[in-house]
Amino acid sequence: MPPGKDAAMGEGPAHTSFRFVSCHGLQQMLGRVARDELELLQHLEEAPIESIHHHTHAYFLRHPYLAGAYPNDFATWAAIQVRDRVLGERLAIIDPFDFTDLEALRNALTSIIDDHLTHTPTVPRVVYGEPFYFMTTRLFEIPTTLEARTLREFREGLARAEVAVVYYHLFEAPRRRRPTFDAWLEQVGETSAAEEVRRLHPYASDLEGLRRRVLMLCDESLRRSLRGG
Amino acid sequence: MGTERRSLDQYRAVAPPGAVDTLYRFSERVRAKRFTHVNSTRVGGGVAEMLQCVLPLLDELGIITRWEVLQGDEEFFHVTKSFHNALQGQEQTITAEMLEHYLDTNRQNAAQLDLSGDLVFVHDPQPAALIERRNGGAWVWRCHIDASHPQRRVWSFLRPLISRYDAAVFSLPRFAQRLSIPQYLIYPSIDPLSDKNRDLPAEEVDAVLARLGIPRDKPILLQVSRFDRFKDPVGVIHAYRLVKRHDECRLVLAGGGAADDPEGPKVLAEVMEAATGDPDIHVLVLPDNASVEINALQRAATIILQKSTREGFGLTVAEGMWKGKPVIGGFAGGITVQIVYGTTGYTVNSVEGAAFRIRYLLNNPELARQMGENGREYVRRNFLITRDLADLLALLVNHAGGNAR
Repeated sequence: MPPGKDAAMGEGPAHTSFRFVSCHGLQQMLGRVARDELELLQHLEEAPIESIHHHTHAYFLRHPYLAGAYPNDFATWAAIQVRDRVLGERLAIIDPFDFTDLEALRNALTSIIDDHLTHTPTVPRVVYGEPFYFMTTRLFEIPTTLEARTLREFREGLARAEVAVVYYHLFEAPRRRRPTFDAWLEQVGETSAAEEVRRLHPYASDLEGLRRRVLMLCDESLRRSLRGG
Repeated sequence: MGTERRSLDQYRAVAPPGAVDTLYRFSERVRAKRFTHVNSTRVGGGVAEMLQCVLPLLDELGIITRWEVLQGDEEFFHVTKSFHNALQGQEQTITAEMLEHYLDTNRQNAAQLDLSGDLVFVHDPQPAALIERRNGGAWVWRCHIDASHPQRRVWSFLRPLISRYDAAVFSLPRFAQRLSIPQYLIYPSIDPLSDKNRDLPAEEVDAVLARLGIPRDKPILLQVSRFDRFKDPVGVIHAYRLVKRHDECRLVLAGGGAADDPEGPKVLAEVMEAATGDPDIHVLVLPDNASVEINALQRAATIILQKSTREGFGLTVAEGMWKGKPVIGGFAGGITVQIVYGTTGYTVNSVEGAAFRIRYLLNNPELARQMGENGREYVRRNFLITRDLADLLALLVNHAGGNAR
C-alpha cells in the first residue's frame, strides 16, 4: 500500500499527524523613517533583512482579512502617501514568493526604486501623507490543540483554526523548516492537492482567501475519494 | 456596567474564530509570571478604563497582575499635566522646581509602592521616574499619548529616564522617539462587550434616539467627539451644508467638553452659532458616562464622521466601524491606520472631500452597507481587546523570561 493511501480516503491514519501552529507578531519600530523616495531607497538598502520580511511577507499577517491598496507596504506607501502611482504600481507587482531569499527581494525592490528615480526629474516626497516607518515583526509560535491524522481532520482543523495558522504554515514554516501544508499533504498521498497548495499565489488574495482555497482543495480530494477516484 | 468584570469566554462570540483559544495557549508560556502595572489614577481616563478591563482577563489567563497607583498632591498633577501638554507639542513653562517636585513625588511613591514583578509596565509620564528605584524585573514604558512633537525641555528631561527602561511602547509609529531601547507598536483597542460597544436591541436604540430628540426620518450623519477645534466640528457642519443642497440628511454632533480644556466652551459656542436655524442639525452635549447613548447613536447613524485635522489614535473610528458603519475620517493620526481607503470608508483632507464622500455613500447605500460590514470585520481582527491581550502576552514572553520559541 502506498504511504498514506488510507488517509487519502479521508478517514484512515496518516503516517504522522499534523499539528496546527498559530502565531502572533509583535511589531517593533526601527527608528528609520523615509520622507521621500530617495530616503526610502537608502533605508531599504541598509535596513535589517527582517524589516524587508515585515513589509512584504508579514503584510499578510497584519492584514489577514482586508488588503490595502497593494499587497506590500512599500507599494502602498508610494501610491497612497507619496501619491506616486507609477512607483506604487511597479513595486506592487513584485511577488516576494518569487524570491528564494530576502536579499534577492531587497535587490529587486531597490532596483525598481533606483530606476524610477533615474527617470523622475524630482524626488517624489510626502506632502500631505505619512512618512514610511521601517518596522520589524517579532513572531511568536503558538501551538494549538488542533491536530489532524486524516485529510478530513485536516480540513476540519484548518476550518476551525485562527487565521494566523494559515500564515504560519504557508509563509513562516518553510523558512523555519517547520511542517508545511503541502509537505504533509504529499506525505499522506495527496500529491495533486500538495502541488496545488504549492502553486497558491498569496499575492492576489488574503489569508482568508488562501484558507478557502486550501479547504476547497481538501473538499475536492475528499469528494474524489468518496467516488473511489 | 461599562467596566463590570467580564470573563474571557464571553469574548468567543465576538473575537475572531480561535482567538480566545490562542490566548489560552499563548499564556501557558508565561503562566504565573508577575505583571505589575503602574499609572496615576484608578478611575477616570482611558488608561484606567483599559486596565479595569484588561487586568481581570490577564488574571484569568494565569498571569499574576497587580495594579499600583501613584499618589501625588495638586502641584504634582499640575506638573504632570504640563508634561502631558508639552509632550503633545504645546508650549509650557516648566521650572526647575517643578521638575524637582516631580522627581520627589516619584521617589516617595517608589518607597511605598510594591514595584516587584517579572514585568513592570509603567503608563505615561506621571510615574516614569519610578525607574530610578528599579529593583529587579523588566521595565517597559507605555506611552499612550501623541509625543511625536514634544517640547524640547520636557523631552530632554524625560529621555534619560525612559532610556533606562528595557523597552517602550507607542500607539503609532509616528509617536515614537529616537531612543536606544526597543520601541514596540501596540494599537489601542476597544472592548466589544462594554456599554459603548455591546450589541443593543433595536428598541433600545429607538428609545435612546427618541429621548435625545433625534427623528429617524432621514439618514443620519454622526460625529462623536469633544468640542475641540482639532476635531473640526464646524468643518463638519460646512460639509453637511454642501451635502444638503442635494441630499436629505440630519447631522448629529455629539460630545462633551474635557474639564481641562478651556477652549471647549468657545468651540461649542461656535458650533451652536454655525448650526443656528437648521432643525436638522442636532448638537448634543453628553456627560462622560453616556456610553449607551453614544452606542445607540452610532448604531442609528448612516455614516460616521471623524473629520479631525489632528488626532491621537481616534478610537471613535473603530467604535463606529464596529457598529457596521462606513466611516469618513480626516487624514490625521490613527485614523489613517483604522480606515482602509475605499474598503471600510474614506480618509479626506478637506471639507469638500468630506462632502463628496458623504454624498457618494448616501447615493450608494449598497456600497455603504458593504463598507460597514468590512469595517466591522477589520475591527474584529485588529482593534479588539483580544488583540491587545495577545500583544501584552508577547511582551511578557519577550521581556519577562517567558518560554521563548
